Amino acid sequence: MEMDLLQHFDAYVAAEKKIEPKDWMPDAYRKTLVRQISQHAHSEIVGMLPEGNWISRAPSLKRKAILMAKVQDEAGHGLYLYSACETLGVERDDLIADLHSGKAKYSSIFNYPTLTWADMGAIGWLVDGAAIMNQVPLCKCSYGPYARAMVRVCKEESFHQRQGFQIMLTLANGTEEQKAMAQDALNRWWWPSLMMFGPPDDNSPNSAQSMAWNIKRFSNDELRQKFVDLTVPQAELLGLTLPDPDLTWNEETGHYDFGEIDWSEFQRVISGHGPCNKERLETRRNAWDNGAWVREAAQAHAEKRAARRDAAGETAAA
Amino acid sequence: MNARFEYLLRLGDDALILGQQLGLWTGHGPVLEEDIALTNIGLDQIGQARAWLTMAGRAEHAGRDEDALAFHRNPEEFRCAQLCQQANGHFGDTIARQFLFDAYAVPLHAALTKSSDDEIAAIARKSAKESAYHLRHSRVWMVRLGDGTEESHAKVQESLDRLLPYVGDLFVGDDVAEAAAREGWGVNPATLRDAWESELDDMLAESGLHRPEAVPEQIGGRRGIHTEKLSYLLAEMQVLPRTYPDAQW
Repeated sequence: MEMDLLQHFDAYVAAEKKIEPKDWMPDAYRKTLVRQISQHAHSEIVGMLPEGNWISRAPSLKRKAILMAKVQDEAGHGLYLYSACETLGVERDDLIADLHSGKAKYSSIFNYPTLTWADMGAIGWLVDGAAIMNQVPLCKCSYGPYARAMVRVCKEESFHQRQGFQIMLTLANGTEEQKAMAQDALNRWWWPSLMMFGPPDDNSPNSAQSMAWNIKRFSNDELRQKFVDLTVPQAELLGLTLPDPDLTWNEETGHYDFGEIDWSEFQRVISGHGPCNKERLETRRNAWDNGAWVREAAQAHAEKRAARRDAAGETAAA
Repeated sequence: MNARFEYLLRLGDDALILGQQLGLWTGHGPVLEEDIALTNIGLDQIGQARAWLTMAGRAEHAGRDEDALAFHRNPEEFRCAQLCQQANGHFGDTIARQFLFDAYAVPLHAALTKSSDDEIAAIARKSAKESAYHLRHSRVWMVRLGDGTEESHAKVQESLDRLLPYVGDLFVGDDVAEAAAREGWGVNPATLRDAWESELDDMLAESGLHRPEAVPEQIGGRRGIHTEKLSYLLAEMQVLPRTYPDAQW
Protein backbone atom coordinates (compact mmCIF):
# COMPACT_ATOMS: atom_id res chain seq x y z
CA MET A 1 0.00 0.00 0.00
CA GLU A 2 2.65 2.47 1.15
CA MET A 3 4.78 1.31 -1.77
CA ASP A 4 1.98 2.05 -4.24
CA LEU A 5 1.47 5.50 -2.80
CA LEU A 6 5.17 6.23 -3.00
CA GLN A 7 5.40 5.08 -6.60
CA HIS A 8 2.41 7.15 -7.50
CA PHE A 9 3.90 10.17 -5.71
CA ASP A 10 7.26 9.84 -7.43
CA ALA A 11 5.65 9.51 -10.84
CA TYR A 12 3.34 12.44 -10.14
CA VAL A 13 6.23 14.70 -9.13
CA ALA A 14 8.37 13.51 -12.03
CA ALA A 15 5.54 14.53 -14.36
CA GLU A 16 5.91 18.12 -13.02
CA LYS A 17 2.53 18.05 -11.28
CA LYS A 18 1.90 19.97 -8.07
CA ILE A 19 1.46 18.32 -4.70
CA GLU A 20 -1.30 20.02 -2.68
CA PRO A 21 -1.76 20.02 1.13
CA LYS A 22 -4.35 17.22 1.20
CA ASP A 23 -2.41 14.92 -1.13
CA TRP A 24 -0.51 11.99 0.28
CA MET A 25 3.22 12.69 0.59
CA PRO A 26 6.15 10.81 2.09
CA ASP A 27 7.08 11.90 5.62
CA ALA A 28 10.57 12.82 4.52
CA TYR A 29 9.17 15.11 1.79
CA ARG A 30 6.95 16.83 4.35
CA LYS A 31 9.85 17.21 6.78
CA THR A 32 12.17 18.58 4.11
CA LEU A 33 9.59 21.16 3.12
CA VAL A 34 8.83 22.20 6.70
CA ARG A 35 12.56 22.62 7.30
CA GLN A 36 13.16 24.57 4.12
CA ILE A 37 10.05 26.79 4.14
CA SER A 38 10.32 27.64 7.83
CA GLN A 39 14.01 28.38 7.43
CA HIS A 40 13.09 30.63 4.55
CA ALA A 41 10.38 32.37 6.62
CA HIS A 42 12.78 32.85 9.53
CA SER A 43 15.32 34.35 7.13
CA GLU A 44 12.79 36.94 6.02
CA ILE A 45 11.99 37.88 9.62
CA VAL A 46 15.56 38.00 10.91
CA GLY A 47 16.50 39.66 7.61
CA MET A 48 14.32 42.63 8.55
CA LEU A 49 16.76 43.58 11.31
CA PRO A 50 19.96 44.54 9.45
CA GLU A 51 18.01 46.83 7.11
CA GLY A 52 15.57 47.98 9.77
CA ASN A 53 18.71 49.26 11.46
CA TRP A 54 18.90 52.15 8.93
CA ILE A 55 15.25 53.17 8.70
CA SER A 56 15.69 55.86 11.35
CA ARG A 57 18.80 57.23 9.58
CA ALA A 58 17.79 57.02 5.92
CA PRO A 59 19.33 60.09 4.25
CA SER A 60 16.19 61.43 2.54
CA LEU A 61 12.47 61.07 3.11
CA LYS A 62 12.07 59.25 -0.19
CA ARG A 63 14.77 56.74 0.76
CA LYS A 64 13.16 56.33 4.17
CA ALA A 65 9.79 55.52 2.60
CA ILE A 66 11.37 53.06 0.15
CA LEU A 67 13.31 51.31 2.90
CA MET A 68 10.27 51.04 5.16
CA ALA A 69 8.21 49.60 2.32
CA LYS A 70 10.98 47.16 1.54
CA VAL A 71 11.41 45.86 5.07
CA GLN A 72 7.64 45.64 5.35
CA ASP A 73 7.68 43.46 2.22
CA GLU A 74 10.08 41.11 4.01
CA ALA A 75 7.60 40.82 6.87
CA GLY A 76 4.91 40.02 4.31
CA HIS A 77 7.12 37.33 2.79
CA GLY A 78 7.60 35.85 6.24
CA LEU A 79 3.86 35.87 6.76
CA TYR A 80 2.96 33.97 3.62
CA LEU A 81 5.84 31.56 3.97
CA TYR A 82 4.71 30.71 7.51
CA SER A 83 1.23 30.24 6.07
CA ALA A 84 2.56 27.95 3.32
CA CYS A 85 4.35 26.00 6.03
CA GLU A 86 1.19 25.69 8.11
CA THR A 87 -0.47 23.84 5.22
CA LEU A 88 1.94 21.01 6.09
CA GLY A 89 0.40 20.60 9.53
CA VAL A 90 2.64 22.74 11.72
CA GLU A 91 1.82 25.87 13.75
CA ARG A 92 3.48 29.24 13.25
CA ASP A 93 4.05 29.68 16.98
CA ASP A 94 5.91 26.34 17.17
CA LEU A 95 8.10 27.31 14.23
CA ILE A 96 8.91 30.62 15.91
CA ALA A 97 9.73 28.79 19.14
CA ASP A 98 12.21 26.66 17.16
CA LEU A 99 13.84 29.80 15.79
CA HIS A 100 14.14 31.30 19.26
CA SER A 101 15.57 28.13 20.79
CA GLY A 102 18.21 27.95 18.08
CA LYS A 103 16.84 24.66 16.76
CA ALA A 104 15.79 26.16 13.43
CA LYS A 105 18.25 28.00 11.21
CA TYR A 106 17.98 31.14 9.11
CA SER A 107 20.16 32.50 6.34
CA SER A 108 23.64 33.21 7.70
CA ILE A 109 23.98 36.40 5.70
CA PHE A 110 21.86 38.27 8.24
CA ASN A 111 24.48 37.71 10.92
CA TYR A 112 26.64 40.39 9.32
CA PRO A 113 26.32 43.99 10.52
CA THR A 114 25.06 46.95 8.46
CA LEU A 115 27.69 49.59 9.13
CA THR A 116 26.87 52.35 6.65
CA TRP A 117 24.04 53.53 4.43
CA ALA A 118 25.80 51.89 1.47
CA ASP A 119 24.98 48.52 3.05
CA MET A 120 21.33 49.19 2.13
CA GLY A 121 22.48 49.33 -1.48
CA ALA A 122 24.79 46.32 -1.26
CA ILE A 123 22.17 44.16 0.46
CA GLY A 124 19.50 44.97 -2.10
CA TRP A 125 21.85 44.49 -5.03
CA LEU A 126 23.84 41.44 -3.89
CA VAL A 127 21.90 39.71 -1.12
CA ASP A 128 18.50 40.09 -2.75
CA GLY A 129 20.14 39.32 -6.08
CA ALA A 130 21.52 36.04 -4.74
CA ALA A 131 18.19 35.30 -3.09
CA ILE A 132 16.37 35.74 -6.39
CA MET A 133 18.83 33.40 -8.08
CA ASN A 134 18.02 30.79 -5.42
CA GLN A 135 14.30 31.47 -5.38
CA VAL A 136 13.19 31.80 -8.98
CA PRO A 137 13.51 28.03 -9.52
CA LEU A 138 11.31 27.55 -6.43
CA CYS A 139 8.39 29.11 -8.30
CA LYS A 140 8.28 25.75 -10.10
CA CYS A 141 8.77 23.69 -6.96
CA SER A 142 6.63 20.55 -6.65
CA TYR A 143 4.77 21.73 -3.55
CA GLY A 144 1.92 23.99 -4.72
CA PRO A 145 1.56 26.43 -1.79
CA TYR A 146 5.33 27.05 -1.66
CA ALA A 147 5.58 27.51 -5.43
CA ARG A 148 2.71 30.02 -5.44
CA ALA A 149 4.12 31.97 -2.48
CA MET A 150 7.44 32.19 -4.28
CA VAL A 151 5.93 33.78 -7.39
CA ARG A 152 4.95 36.82 -5.37
CA VAL A 153 8.13 36.81 -3.27
CA CYS A 154 10.26 36.83 -6.41
CA LYS A 155 8.38 39.72 -7.98
CA GLU A 156 8.98 41.85 -4.91
CA GLU A 157 12.58 40.70 -4.51
CA SER A 158 13.43 41.73 -8.04
CA PHE A 159 12.03 45.17 -7.29
CA HIS A 160 14.19 45.30 -4.15
CA GLN A 161 17.24 44.35 -6.12
CA ARG A 162 16.72 47.19 -8.54
CA GLN A 163 16.24 49.59 -5.63
CA GLY A 164 19.49 48.36 -4.10
CA PHE A 165 21.35 48.76 -7.35
CA GLN A 166 19.96 52.26 -7.69
CA ILE A 167 21.31 53.19 -4.23
CA MET A 168 24.73 51.86 -5.29
CA LEU A 169 24.57 53.76 -8.56
CA THR A 170 23.78 57.01 -6.77
CA LEU A 171 26.63 56.49 -4.32
CA ALA A 172 29.08 55.42 -7.03
CA ASN A 173 28.33 58.64 -8.93
CA GLY A 174 28.36 60.76 -5.79
CA THR A 175 31.09 62.43 -3.73
CA GLU A 176 34.44 60.77 -3.04
CA GLU A 177 33.16 59.80 0.40
CA GLN A 178 30.06 58.19 -1.06
CA LYS A 179 32.12 56.25 -3.60
CA ALA A 180 34.36 54.97 -0.82
CA MET A 181 31.28 54.01 1.17
CA ALA A 182 29.92 51.99 -1.77
CA GLN A 183 33.25 50.22 -2.37
CA ASP A 184 33.57 49.37 1.32
CA ALA A 185 30.08 47.87 1.39
CA LEU A 186 30.83 45.81 -1.71
CA ASN A 187 34.05 44.56 -0.11
CA ARG A 188 32.20 43.41 2.97
CA TRP A 189 29.13 41.83 1.29
CA TRP A 190 30.64 40.15 -1.77
CA TRP A 191 32.00 36.95 -0.23
CA PRO A 192 29.12 36.39 2.21
CA SER A 193 26.76 36.78 -0.77
CA LEU A 194 28.58 34.00 -2.65
CA MET A 195 28.23 31.85 0.46
CA MET A 196 24.45 32.27 0.30
CA PHE A 197 24.28 29.54 -2.34
CA GLY A 198 25.38 27.02 0.24
CA PRO A 199 28.32 24.61 0.41
CA PRO A 200 29.99 23.37 -2.79
CA ASP A 201 28.20 20.55 -4.61
CA ASP A 202 30.58 17.85 -3.39
CA ASN A 203 29.66 18.79 0.19
CA SER A 204 25.93 19.49 0.06
CA PRO A 205 24.11 16.82 2.09
CA ASN A 206 20.45 17.52 1.22
CA SER A 207 20.77 18.29 -2.46
CA ALA A 208 20.25 14.97 -4.27
CA GLN A 209 16.92 14.11 -2.66
CA SER A 210 15.59 17.65 -3.09
CA MET A 211 16.50 17.51 -6.77
CA ALA A 212 14.62 14.22 -7.18
CA TRP A 213 11.57 15.73 -5.52
CA ASN A 214 11.64 18.80 -7.77
CA ILE A 215 12.13 21.07 -4.77
CA LYS A 216 15.58 22.02 -5.96
CA ARG A 217 16.31 22.53 -9.66
CA PHE A 218 19.92 23.65 -9.91
CA SER A 219 22.98 22.80 -7.86
CA ASN A 220 24.57 25.28 -5.46
CA ASP A 221 27.63 25.74 -7.66
CA GLU A 222 25.57 26.23 -10.81
CA LEU A 223 23.57 29.01 -9.19
CA ARG A 224 26.68 30.60 -7.70
CA GLN A 225 28.36 30.68 -11.11
CA LYS A 226 25.27 32.20 -12.68
CA PHE A 227 25.25 34.91 -10.00
CA VAL A 228 28.92 35.77 -10.53
CA ASP A 229 28.49 35.91 -14.30
CA LEU A 230 25.56 38.27 -13.96
CA THR A 231 27.07 40.50 -11.28
CA VAL A 232 30.54 41.19 -12.70
CA PRO A 233 29.29 43.45 -15.51
CA GLN A 234 26.99 45.25 -13.06
CA ALA A 235 29.97 46.04 -10.82
CA GLU A 236 31.82 47.32 -13.89
CA LEU A 237 28.89 49.57 -14.72
CA LEU A 238 29.08 50.97 -11.18
CA GLY A 239 32.83 51.52 -11.53
CA LEU A 240 33.44 49.46 -8.40
CA THR A 241 35.96 46.67 -7.92
CA LEU A 242 34.96 43.19 -6.79
CA PRO A 243 37.26 42.15 -3.95
CA ASP A 244 38.67 39.09 -5.70
CA PRO A 245 42.11 39.28 -7.39
CA ASP A 246 41.49 35.89 -9.04
CA LEU A 247 38.37 36.97 -10.85
CA THR A 248 38.94 36.53 -14.61
CA TRP A 249 36.91 35.84 -17.71
CA ASN A 250 37.45 32.30 -19.00
CA GLU A 251 37.14 32.21 -22.81
CA GLU A 252 36.94 28.42 -22.85
CA THR A 253 34.11 27.93 -20.35
CA GLY A 254 32.32 31.15 -21.17
CA HIS A 255 32.16 31.95 -17.45
CA TYR A 256 34.07 33.99 -14.91
CA ASP A 257 36.58 32.08 -12.81
CA PHE A 258 36.65 33.30 -9.24
CA GLY A 259 38.79 32.83 -6.15
CA GLU A 260 38.50 30.33 -3.35
CA ILE A 261 35.63 30.94 -0.93
CA ASP A 262 36.66 30.88 2.73
CA TRP A 263 34.39 28.06 3.86
CA SER A 264 35.80 28.20 7.37
CA GLU A 265 34.14 31.62 7.72
CA PHE A 266 30.86 30.11 6.48
CA GLN A 267 31.12 27.32 9.06
CA ARG A 268 31.96 29.80 11.80
CA VAL A 269 28.95 32.01 11.09
CA ILE A 270 26.55 29.10 10.57
CA SER A 271 27.58 27.57 13.89
CA GLY A 272 26.73 30.76 15.76
CA HIS A 273 29.96 32.74 15.75
CA GLY A 274 29.30 35.44 13.18
CA PRO A 275 29.47 39.11 14.14
CA CYS A 276 25.75 39.42 14.97
CA ASN A 277 24.31 35.93 15.58
CA LYS A 278 23.63 36.48 19.26
CA GLU A 279 22.32 39.98 18.78
CA ARG A 280 19.91 39.05 15.98
CA LEU A 281 18.38 36.15 17.88
CA GLU A 282 18.21 38.13 21.10
CA THR A 283 16.40 40.94 19.29
CA ARG A 284 13.83 38.51 17.90
CA ARG A 285 13.35 36.84 21.28
CA ASN A 286 12.90 40.20 22.99
CA ALA A 287 10.32 41.34 20.45
CA TRP A 288 8.39 38.12 21.04
CA ASP A 289 8.70 38.16 24.84
CA ASN A 290 7.89 41.86 25.15
CA GLY A 291 4.82 41.28 23.01
CA ALA A 292 3.47 38.38 25.08
CA TRP A 293 1.10 40.57 27.11
CA VAL A 294 -0.27 42.09 23.90
CA ARG A 295 -1.01 38.70 22.34
CA GLU A 296 -2.58 37.51 25.59
CA ALA A 297 -4.76 40.62 25.74
CA ALA A 298 -5.98 40.12 22.17
CA GLN A 299 -6.81 36.51 22.96
CA ALA A 300 -8.60 37.38 26.21
CA HIS A 301 -10.59 40.13 24.53
CA ALA A 302 -11.67 37.82 21.71
CA GLU A 303 -12.84 35.21 24.23
CA LYS A 304 -14.72 37.76 26.34
CA ARG A 305 -16.38 39.17 23.28
CA ALA A 306 -17.47 35.76 22.09
CA ALA A 307 -18.84 34.97 25.57
CA ARG A 308 -20.73 38.27 25.68
CA ARG A 309 -22.17 37.60 22.24
CA ASP A 310 -23.29 34.11 23.32
CA ALA A 311 -24.84 35.49 26.49
CA ALA A 312 -26.68 38.16 24.48
CA GLY A 313 -27.88 35.47 22.06
CA GLU A 314 -29.25 33.35 24.90
CA THR A 315 -31.05 36.31 26.45
CA ALA A 316 -32.60 37.14 23.11
CA ALA A 317 -33.67 33.50 22.59
CA ALA A 318 -35.23 33.37 26.07
CA MET B 1 4.84 86.01 9.91
CA ASN B 2 4.15 83.58 7.06
CA ALA B 3 1.03 81.84 8.43
CA ARG B 4 0.74 79.44 5.54
CA PHE B 5 4.33 78.24 5.97
CA GLU B 6 3.87 77.86 9.73
CA TYR B 7 0.59 75.99 9.36
CA LEU B 8 1.93 73.54 6.77
CA LEU B 9 5.01 72.92 8.93
CA ARG B 10 2.74 71.89 11.79
CA LEU B 11 0.95 69.38 9.60
CA GLY B 12 4.18 68.07 8.11
CA ASP B 13 6.17 67.90 11.34
CA ASP B 14 3.49 65.96 13.23
CA ALA B 15 3.42 63.37 10.47
CA LEU B 16 7.21 63.28 10.13
CA ILE B 17 7.93 62.74 13.82
CA LEU B 18 5.24 60.07 14.16
CA GLY B 19 6.50 58.33 11.02
CA GLN B 20 10.07 58.45 12.29
CA GLN B 21 9.03 56.87 15.58
CA LEU B 22 6.75 54.22 14.06
CA GLY B 23 9.57 53.15 11.76
CA LEU B 24 11.51 52.07 14.82
CA TRP B 25 8.95 49.32 15.40
CA THR B 26 9.91 47.57 12.17
CA GLY B 27 11.15 44.12 13.15
CA HIS B 28 10.17 44.53 16.79
CA GLY B 29 6.38 44.19 16.86
CA PRO B 30 4.53 41.84 19.24
CA VAL B 31 3.30 39.73 16.32
CA LEU B 32 4.11 39.75 12.61
CA GLU B 33 0.78 41.27 11.59
CA GLU B 34 1.34 44.23 13.91
CA ASP B 35 4.88 44.66 12.69
CA ILE B 36 3.43 45.14 9.24
CA ALA B 37 0.60 47.38 10.47
CA LEU B 38 2.82 49.77 12.44
CA THR B 39 5.31 50.07 9.59
CA ASN B 40 2.46 50.67 7.20
CA ILE B 41 1.04 53.45 9.34
CA GLY B 42 4.52 54.92 9.67
CA LEU B 43 4.87 54.79 5.91
CA ASP B 44 1.61 56.71 5.48
CA GLN B 45 2.84 59.32 7.95
CA ILE B 46 6.11 59.75 6.04
CA GLY B 47 4.12 60.08 2.82
CA GLN B 48 1.93 62.78 4.35
CA ALA B 49 4.99 64.53 5.79
CA ARG B 50 6.57 64.67 2.35
CA ALA B 51 3.47 66.22 0.80
CA TRP B 52 2.98 68.85 3.53
CA LEU B 53 6.67 69.75 3.81
CA THR B 54 7.03 70.11 0.03
CA MET B 55 4.11 72.54 0.12
CA ALA B 56 5.55 74.31 3.15
CA GLY B 57 8.81 74.81 1.27
CA ARG B 58 6.96 76.42 -1.62
CA ALA B 59 4.95 78.64 0.73
CA GLU B 60 8.19 79.83 2.33
CA HIS B 61 9.68 80.98 -1.01
CA ALA B 62 13.21 80.27 0.21
CA GLY B 63 13.95 77.32 -2.04
CA ARG B 64 13.76 74.64 0.63
CA ASP B 65 12.39 71.22 -0.34
CA GLU B 66 11.05 68.41 1.89
CA ASP B 67 14.53 67.14 2.72
CA ALA B 68 15.97 70.57 3.49
CA LEU B 69 13.12 71.06 5.95
CA ALA B 70 13.30 67.58 7.46
CA PHE B 71 17.06 67.28 7.78
CA HIS B 72 18.45 70.80 8.10
CA ARG B 73 16.29 72.41 10.76
CA ASN B 74 17.19 72.52 14.44
CA PRO B 75 14.76 71.32 17.12
CA GLU B 76 13.44 74.80 17.94
CA GLU B 77 12.51 75.27 14.27
CA PHE B 78 10.23 72.22 14.38
CA ARG B 79 6.50 72.75 14.89
CA CYS B 80 5.36 69.24 15.87
CA ALA B 81 3.01 68.69 18.79
CA GLN B 82 4.66 67.42 21.96
CA LEU B 83 2.34 64.39 21.80
CA CYS B 84 4.12 63.12 18.67
CA GLN B 85 7.48 63.31 20.43
CA GLN B 86 6.48 61.02 23.28
CA ALA B 87 8.58 57.86 23.31
CA ASN B 88 7.42 54.65 21.61
CA GLY B 89 7.62 52.89 24.99
CA HIS B 90 5.80 49.57 24.91
CA PHE B 91 3.13 48.61 22.36
CA GLY B 92 0.37 50.14 24.51
CA ASP B 93 2.22 53.46 24.73
CA THR B 94 2.59 53.60 20.95
CA ILE B 95 -1.05 52.62 20.38
CA ALA B 96 -2.34 55.18 22.88
CA ARG B 97 -0.20 57.93 21.33
CA GLN B 98 -1.48 56.95 17.90
CA PHE B 99 -5.11 56.80 19.02
CA LEU B 100 -4.97 60.27 20.58
CA PHE B 101 -3.44 61.59 17.38
CA ASP B 102 -5.71 59.69 14.95
CA ALA B 103 -8.82 60.92 16.75
CA TYR B 104 -7.59 64.43 15.91
CA ALA B 105 -6.30 63.62 12.41
CA VAL B 106 -9.63 62.25 11.19
CA PRO B 107 -11.69 65.43 11.75
CA LEU B 108 -8.67 67.54 10.74
CA HIS B 109 -8.29 65.89 7.35
CA ALA B 110 -12.05 65.88 6.84
CA ALA B 111 -12.15 69.64 7.42
CA LEU B 112 -9.13 70.27 5.20
CA THR B 113 -10.78 68.54 2.25
CA LYS B 114 -12.93 71.68 2.13
CA SER B 115 -9.91 73.96 1.86
CA SER B 116 -10.10 76.78 -0.68
CA ASP B 117 -6.64 75.67 -1.81
CA ASP B 118 -6.95 72.79 -4.29
CA GLU B 119 -3.64 71.24 -3.37
CA ILE B 120 -4.33 71.27 0.37
CA ALA B 121 -7.75 69.74 -0.31
CA ALA B 122 -6.20 67.05 -2.49
CA ILE B 123 -3.54 66.06 0.06
CA ALA B 124 -6.25 66.07 2.74
CA ARG B 125 -8.44 63.73 0.69
CA LYS B 126 -5.64 61.21 0.40
CA SER B 127 -4.68 61.63 4.06
CA ALA B 128 -8.29 61.29 5.22
CA LYS B 129 -8.50 57.78 3.80
CA GLU B 130 -5.30 56.86 5.60
CA SER B 131 -6.17 58.42 8.93
CA ALA B 132 -9.57 56.69 8.94
CA TYR B 133 -7.75 53.38 8.66
CA HIS B 134 -5.21 54.41 11.32
CA LEU B 135 -7.99 55.31 13.73
CA ARG B 136 -9.75 52.02 13.13
CA HIS B 137 -6.52 50.22 13.94
CA SER B 138 -5.54 52.19 17.03
CA ARG B 139 -9.08 52.22 18.38
CA VAL B 140 -9.51 48.46 18.05
CA TRP B 141 -6.26 47.96 19.91
CA MET B 142 -7.24 50.40 22.68
CA VAL B 143 -10.35 48.27 23.16
CA ARG B 144 -8.44 44.98 23.01
CA LEU B 145 -5.87 46.16 25.53
CA GLY B 146 -8.39 47.90 27.78
CA ASP B 147 -10.74 44.93 27.81
CA GLY B 148 -8.15 42.14 27.51
CA THR B 149 -6.29 41.12 30.67
CA GLU B 150 -5.75 42.85 33.99
CA GLU B 151 -2.17 43.47 32.96
CA SER B 152 -3.01 44.98 29.59
CA HIS B 153 -5.74 47.12 31.11
CA ALA B 154 -3.38 48.52 33.74
CA LYS B 155 -0.64 49.12 31.21
CA VAL B 156 -2.69 50.98 28.63
CA GLN B 157 -4.53 52.98 31.31
CA GLU B 158 -1.12 54.15 32.47
CA SER B 159 -0.19 55.03 28.88
CA LEU B 160 -3.33 57.09 28.56
CA ASP B 161 -2.76 58.85 31.90
CA ARG B 162 0.76 59.76 30.89
CA LEU B 163 -0.05 60.92 27.35
CA LEU B 164 -3.27 62.88 27.79
CA PRO B 165 -1.57 66.00 29.19
CA TYR B 166 0.30 66.34 25.86
CA VAL B 167 -2.68 66.64 23.52
CA GLY B 168 -3.06 70.41 24.06
CA ASP B 169 -0.75 71.35 21.17
CA LEU B 170 -3.08 69.68 18.70
CA PHE B 171 -5.86 72.16 19.41
CA VAL B 172 -3.94 75.42 19.73
CA GLY B 173 -6.00 78.22 18.20
CA ASP B 174 -3.37 80.93 17.83
CA ASP B 175 -2.82 83.62 15.16
CA VAL B 176 -1.66 81.04 12.61
CA ALA B 177 -4.74 78.87 13.16
CA GLU B 178 -7.05 81.88 12.99
CA ALA B 179 -5.44 83.14 9.80
CA ALA B 180 -5.87 79.71 8.18
CA ALA B 181 -9.57 79.64 9.01
CA ARG B 182 -10.16 83.30 8.12
CA GLU B 183 -8.48 82.97 4.72
CA GLY B 184 -10.29 79.72 4.02
CA TRP B 185 -7.36 77.46 3.12
CA GLY B 186 -7.10 75.83 6.55
CA VAL B 187 -9.08 74.97 9.63
CA ASN B 188 -8.63 76.30 13.16
CA PRO B 189 -7.85 73.10 15.10
CA ALA B 190 -9.45 74.55 18.22
CA THR B 191 -12.75 73.75 16.50
CA LEU B 192 -11.84 70.05 16.33
CA ARG B 193 -11.69 69.44 20.04
CA ASP B 194 -15.35 68.46 20.48
CA ALA B 195 -15.13 65.76 17.82
CA TRP B 196 -11.93 64.51 19.43
CA GLU B 197 -13.49 64.42 22.91
CA SER B 198 -16.44 62.40 21.70
CA GLU B 199 -14.19 59.91 19.88
CA LEU B 200 -12.24 59.53 23.14
CA ASP B 201 -15.42 59.02 25.17
CA ASP B 202 -16.68 56.35 22.77
CA MET B 203 -13.40 54.49 23.00
CA LEU B 204 -13.36 54.75 26.82
CA ALA B 205 -16.88 53.36 27.06
CA GLU B 206 -16.06 50.40 24.87
CA SER B 207 -12.65 49.58 26.36
CA GLY B 208 -13.51 49.98 30.05
CA LEU B 209 -10.68 52.50 30.40
CA HIS B 210 -11.36 55.74 32.21
CA ARG B 211 -10.51 59.37 31.76
CA PRO B 212 -7.92 60.38 34.32
CA GLU B 213 -8.45 63.43 36.50
CA ALA B 214 -7.81 66.55 34.47
CA VAL B 215 -4.27 67.90 34.81
CA PRO B 216 -2.75 71.03 33.27
CA GLU B 217 -1.74 70.49 29.65
CA GLN B 218 1.79 70.82 28.31
CA ILE B 219 1.71 73.26 25.44
CA GLY B 220 4.56 74.56 23.29
CA GLY B 221 5.23 72.44 20.20
CA ARG B 222 3.64 74.91 17.78
CA ARG B 223 5.97 77.64 19.08
CA GLY B 224 9.08 75.46 18.96
CA ILE B 225 9.08 74.57 22.66
CA HIS B 226 9.64 70.82 22.79
CA THR B 227 10.36 67.83 24.97
CA GLU B 228 13.90 66.68 25.76
CA LYS B 229 13.47 63.79 23.41
CA LEU B 230 13.14 65.74 20.16
CA SER B 231 16.79 66.72 19.95
CA TYR B 232 17.91 63.08 20.26
CA LEU B 233 15.32 61.97 17.74
CA LEU B 234 16.48 64.57 15.22
CA ALA B 235 20.17 63.85 15.84
CA GLU B 236 19.56 60.28 14.76
CA MET B 237 17.28 61.14 11.85
CA GLN B 238 19.49 63.91 10.47
CA VAL B 239 22.90 62.31 10.88
CA LEU B 240 23.69 61.54 7.22
CA PRO B 241 22.58 64.77 5.51
CA ARG B 242 24.30 66.79 8.26
CA THR B 243 27.51 64.77 8.06
CA TYR B 244 27.66 64.94 4.26
CA PRO B 245 26.01 68.26 3.38
CA ASP B 246 27.16 68.13 -0.28
CA ALA B 247 25.93 64.62 -0.99
CA GLN B 248 22.86 63.60 -2.99
CA TRP B 249 21.28 60.30 -1.97
